[in-house]
Amino acid sequence: MSALQAPTPTSTQSDGSGGSGGSGGSGRRGRAAAPPRRSPFAWLREHVVLILGILVLAYTFVPIAVVVLMSFNKPISEQSKIYEFNGFTLDNWLNPCADPSMCSALGRSIEIGLLATLLATLLGTLAAFALVRHQFRGRSTSNLLIFMPMAAPEIVLGSSLLAMFVAAGLAGQLGFWTIFIAHVMFCLSFVVVTVRARLAGMDDALEQAAMDLYATPAQTFWKITFPLVFPGILGAAMLSFSLSFDDFIVTNLNSGNTTTFPMYVWGVSRRSVPMQINVVGTVMIVVSLAIVLIGQSRARRQAG
Amino acid sequence: MAEMVRRRGRSGYLLIIPGGLWLLVFFAFPFYSLIATSLYDPAGSDFRGYQMTYAFGNYVDVVEAYWQPLLRSLLYGAIATFFCLVLGYVLAYAIAFKSGRWKTLMLVLVIAPFLTSFLVRTLSWKLLLADDGFIVNTLQLLQVLGDDGRLLATPFAVVAGLTYNFLPFMVLPLFASLDKMDYRLIEASRDLYGNPVVSFFKVTWPLSLPGVVSGTLLTFIPAVGDFINAELLGNTNTRMIGNVIQSLFTDANDYPAAGALSVILMTMILAMVLVYVRRAGTEELL
Repeated sequence: MSALQAPTPTSTQSDGSGGSGGSGGSGRRGRAAAPPRRSPFAWLREHVVLILGILVLAYTFVPIAVVVLMSFNKPISEQSKIYEFNGFTLDNWLNPCADPSMCSALGRSIEIGLLATLLATLLGTLAAFALVRHQFRGRSTSNLLIFMPMAAPEIVLGSSLLAMFVAAGLAGQLGFWTIFIAHVMFCLSFVVVTVRARLAGMDDALEQAAMDLYATPAQTFWKITFPLVFPGILGAAMLSFSLSFDDFIVTNLNSGNTTTFPMYVWGVSRRSVPMQINVVGTVMIVVSLAIVLIGQSRARRQAG
Repeated sequence: MAEMVRRRGRSGYLLIIPGGLWLLVFFAFPFYSLIATSLYDPAGSDFRGYQMTYAFGNYVDVVEAYWQPLLRSLLYGAIATFFCLVLGYVLAYAIAFKSGRWKTLMLVLVIAPFLTSFLVRTLSWKLLLADDGFIVNTLQLLQVLGDDGRLLATPFAVVAGLTYNFLPFMVLPLFASLDKMDYRLIEASRDLYGNPVVSFFKVTWPLSLPGVVSGTLLTFIPAVGDFINAELLGNTNTRMIGNVIQSLFTDANDYPAAGALSVILMTMILAMVLVYVRRAGTEELL
């Protein structure tokens, strides 16, 4: 269909944009090579990819809009199974812990997330330094060992851990600590990959300069290397926390009777869904968007 | 990327050992446990204990019993991956080449919806596709769906949920490889009178293949193993292999069968990944 357009090389676009101020009318960005009378279709055709892209983006936001909307929903009745918009209310925001079991599950998820993030970030950062900065036997094996957890489906990760815990006679002790172990395991790989990318992309000229100026290795590390790697470590920690906080599949297999927030949502999805889970969902997206945007603007300020 | 000077000596080991040990004990060793579990005597039980009997028959039994959800998982995973590729490519292309100064903002917006809970999002899909919901009513009005037609509890809903949930896993690697590409190559092919379609298939697509390969793997693998979408958006006829493994482990306590199915799933995925990576020709991925 667009074969008809073929004799209009794209490079003329750059020529055209220069002359557009003169030739095109107000608000029209015409190409010099374009025919004098342009239909709206030409504009559409030029921007079709961008428009389609924005439509795809919009599609990913539809469920989010529903989450935000439902956080202001007045449920039809306490025990109602029906999950539809009934009326506007602020009740859910004022009483986020109307169902105390939701808040205790939420608290547990945050606790596990923080602990698992702490350990996974520590172990992962050390491993990333080893892989980028050190030569040792078994490097490629280590690389493979770190890559594999990301390639295995979660259900397999969870079931193999469960198989091991059961074989070790821990079937009755599944709970907080087995969830913690599992979360550190799958967060670790993501931390290594994130920190490794930051380290590998770093120029070591600054470190060499520090050494030339008689800085000790420790000084060089804490004054130069660590501050440079820190954004990568921070990013890895945030990724790790969100992975841990949101995990259901691995957690559910290794949790025994302990309930995390995703497990709570899973449980209520078969009964009545309290609208407060949408409050939590809304807070999550607002907080993480804020963090990402603050990070972006800080990065831009440092760059500029 | 300039290769950095790598130090030799003991410190490398000291740095890698804590994390490496964690993964050995809690990732690699559990695989051995899983394989052992899959060979237990199926007559055992949670209370009396299972015995290691090298019961290879477990594998035959589970394939006979669950070949349908196994195939269904691969099929749903493949279809969802295809849709993710189409939608994700458009989005990644738009961000990489057409977004101008909005590039960073659009990238943030790609990740943003996925920063809220997976389960809460999937529940709101359920609401959207519900029988009396806006979408179903509109489709019925337009006669796309019959008057008693529905979306929820159909394969469509499950695949739509999978596509939605795993889209960013496709967009981000695609964006990474398109963004690295020199746009002047596309312009050059246009200058040589390649029409947009020819330019795309001769220039853009081949150069984005590494992103296509990693995006496809990153989408397909979790999609095949997922059971949340099938459970919340589907019905008993859309059960995927994850649902079966999950319920065999947690409800039926049938560890040998669950173990055998997990091993089969992992083997199938590994085999497909190896074939796929070899054919697509980006070995550096593994």
